[in-house]
Amino acid sequence: MQEKLILYTSDETLIHRLSGLTKLISFLLLTSAVMYTYDIRVIIGILVFSFFLMRVAKIKFARVKLMFAYVFAFLAVNEIITFLFAPTEGVKIFGTEHLLFYISKNYPVTLEQIFYQTTKFLKYVSVIPLGMIFLFTTNPSELASSLNRIGVNYKIAYSFALTLRYFPDIQKAYKDISLAQQARGIDLSYKAKFKDRFKYALLILIPLIFSSLERVEKISNAMDLRGFGKYKKRTWYTTKKFTFEDYLALGISGLILLISIAIGVFVNKGRFYNPFL
Amino acid sequence: MNNKISNIEPVIEFNNFSFRYYVQSEPTLQDINLKIYPGQKVVILGPSGSGKSTLVHCLNGLIPFAYKGEIKGSLKIKGVETRTLDIFKLSKIVGTVLQDTDAQFVGLTVGEDIAFALENDCVPPEEMKKRVEEAAKMVGMEKFLNHSPFELSGGQKQRTTIAGALVDNVDVLLFDEPLANLDPATAKRATEIIDDLHRKTGKTIIIVEHRLEDVLHIEVDRVIVLKDGKIIADLHPHELMASDILKGAGLREPLYVSALKYAGVNVSTSIKPGYIKTLELKEEDKQNIVNWFSTTNYSGEKEKDSSSEPILKVENLNFSYERNKPVLKNINLEIREGEMVSIVGKNGAGKSTFAKVLCGFVKEDSGTITYKGRKLNDMTIKERAEIIGFVMQNPNQMITKAIVYDEIALGLRLRKVPEDRIKEKVSEVAEICGLKPFLSWPVSALSYGQKKRVTIASILVLDPDIIILDEPTAGQDFKHYSEIMEFLAYLNSLGKTIILITHDMHLIMEYTDRAVVFADGEIIAAAEPSEILTNMDVIEKANLKETSLYQLSQLVGIEDPSKFVKHFINHDRMVRNSRAGEVDTVHFR
Repeated sequence: MQEKLILYTSDETLIHRLSGLTKLISFLLLTSAVMYTYDIRVIIGILVFSFFLMRVAKIKFARVKLMFAYVFAFLAVNEIITFLFAPTEGVKIFGTEHLLFYISKNYPVTLEQIFYQTTKFLKYVSVIPLGMIFLFTTNPSELASSLNRIGVNYKIAYSFALTLRYFPDIQKAYKDISLAQQARGIDLSYKAKFKDRFKYALLILIPLIFSSLERVEKISNAMDLRGFGKYKKRTWYTTKKFTFEDYLALGISGLILLISIAIGVFVNKGRFYNPFL
Repeated sequence: MNNKISNIEPVIEFNNFSFRYYVQSEPTLQDINLKIYPGQKVVILGPSGSGKSTLVHCLNGLIPFAYKGEIKGSLKIKGVETRTLDIFKLSKIVGTVLQDTDAQFVGLTVGEDIAFALENDCVPPEEMKKRVEEAAKMVGMEKFLNHSPFELSGGQKQRTTIAGALVDNVDVLLFDEPLANLDPATAKRATEIIDDLHRKTGKTIIIVEHRLEDVLHIEVDRVIVLKDGKIIADLHPHELMASDILKGAGLREPLYVSALKYAGVNVSTSIKPGYIKTLELKEEDKQNIVNWFSTTNYSGEKEKDSSSEPILKVENLNFSYERNKPVLKNINLEIREGEMVSIVGKNGAGKSTFAKVLCGFVKEDSGTITYKGRKLNDMTIKERAEIIGFVMQNPNQMITKAIVYDEIALGLRLRKVPEDRIKEKVSEVAEICGLKPFLSWPVSALSYGQKKRVTIASILVLDPDIIILDEPTAGQDFKHYSEIMEFLAYLNSLGKTIILITHDMHLIMEYTDRAVVFADGEIIAAAEPSEILTNMDVIEKANLKETSLYQLSQLVGIEDPSKFVKHFINHDRMVRNSRAGEVDTVHFR
């Protein structure tokens, strides 16, 4: 059956064993490290490290292929736009100009620009595996409990988890409704005109919304009856006790952030690494 | 337990209690006086709209927490006026198990779901794990703590939700239609779990249901009957069966009780008619039944021509969602024109998938489907819908338009039929479905049964010869059940072939000519309902339940139970037809 949770898959790896809170904090630390630095050496280091972690978490590339493809497409557009609007940004940052050729009078291609844009590209790319590891190895309830523990209101955190929890159900309802409406004559194929397709989508959404609202009422009653929202705080069944592994993971992530900042402050004297000097 | 202990404080006490929702002009509950004592097992019974759900909401605090209204009189729980308690305090005394186990499963695993109430109470994780385990043990789910809801059967989900209520150490367990959505065998087991729990913990148990015969699989202390917001009876099951209260309230009598009455047996408390198990028939009563069975003959009953051509022929059909996990295995089935067939079997046996394949919603792996000699395999969903119509269980999953007329017309409009032709067709279908006066009404103003008819009309308008309905009567009380089924029988009499997917054993017996039984993706039997429901082997494999008529025939010593059941069905149909004449004209003309 396709009744699986969208992202999370349970497994028995080191990464899965870590507490959700550890993973959330580590994710934030490592992301900050990447976001702070423009040193391509640090970025590549973290990129390699995060691919290594994906290995450890046994996340198969086939599962994330599509997501990578989307991000790459997005980044490609982003790179082109950056070049169109600021073709000399690299020159400004690094202070030198190694001209390769001209595309047109206003668009010189320089080594500096290529280096700058490559750095930026890798920066974003290295965040993806980190995010994926987090989402793929943390079950929604743990996610909610860790969000709550870093200060997010538990009602918000829980509704987030519930959304993830009921997503497969809604997906299934969507499919059923869509089929029943197709039987009544809705054409969802590319043969239909764009305007009609929009109209048809509405014919599926309306019953989906109404039947989902029915569910929402039932769930919220069930939750009220079991005391949800009674106190300002709540505890979590899925809370895992911190182990040595958790402290280790936090230590490593913290260290990487420190190294990233230290290299910026003491080696590069700024966020950029400049190979052109 | 004994309900005559006067020196014990009642755990629940209604005194001249009335409740009116602010949005309504009339009170939904009127002048309720009721005492329930600790340790009692009570069934609350009543048709839809009798105030059952409102009573449940008053007990668990959803009134006035989530639903607002005006309260008169007093309701004390454990001696405390509920108006002074909030829903959270009340939920520590009364634990509620809601009817739809799927909808109330909030956790991602069994353990987490059981723990939900404790989490909200800020119980530390260590203690929480211990208490969850204890509660899970009480319902036999301790080995499943790490399972996700998707991996559980209907019965296991039920156990989990019960544990979720038990974990709070409540005094009263309130079951709101616990048997709805369960297949017959699972429902039977669910009542046994409740009974077992009662024996082990001695808690007060309140079961709100309209499937009386299924609940009375276990013994209870009292049955309270609600009608129009008032209590019309508060009796022991034996007394209830001996009375005419059920019929008067529009509720279904257990079949064996009807059979006893048809046979002229004097049903009094002396024969202990509350449960089939306790029934004590005298020799003359048995003789009465045997006489009734052998003398009457219904040759006048119309038998459908079994030699008519098959309208739909399914051959060697196979289907799977994932490789190596077949959902349908080599299905062969012929459906004759004008037949009314039921498809039964436990959840996950392949019933719904079979319907989806027939409608072309999913594509078969191999095998053929022929309609009047025409192969259907390569037709699109839209084309097939003009031959086989599919009506989903929940009308809200189908209705897309605000006005009844537009909803019925949708299929034709999407097919670009000219508007004047649509008008003709819609009014013709509305006439059949008894919806003519409502065509310009907003759909939201209709009752559930009317909405159901709107969805059926919206399918009928495309003129399919075959209509498949998924659980058309799920969760409906006897009156609405009869209304929907009489309507379908009427459509059937107009020549439509009707296929029903259902869990309802009564429906199968009362309305269908043939029952097709699915188990693990295969058809294990296809025969007359009277035969299926007396065949222990099939019953066991498909999670069905033998009819109480079978037990009655055994008790009397009738050799051929299937014939006895058939005899009952014929007699019952005759009685119903003589009564239903007026229903037909009132509702569908």
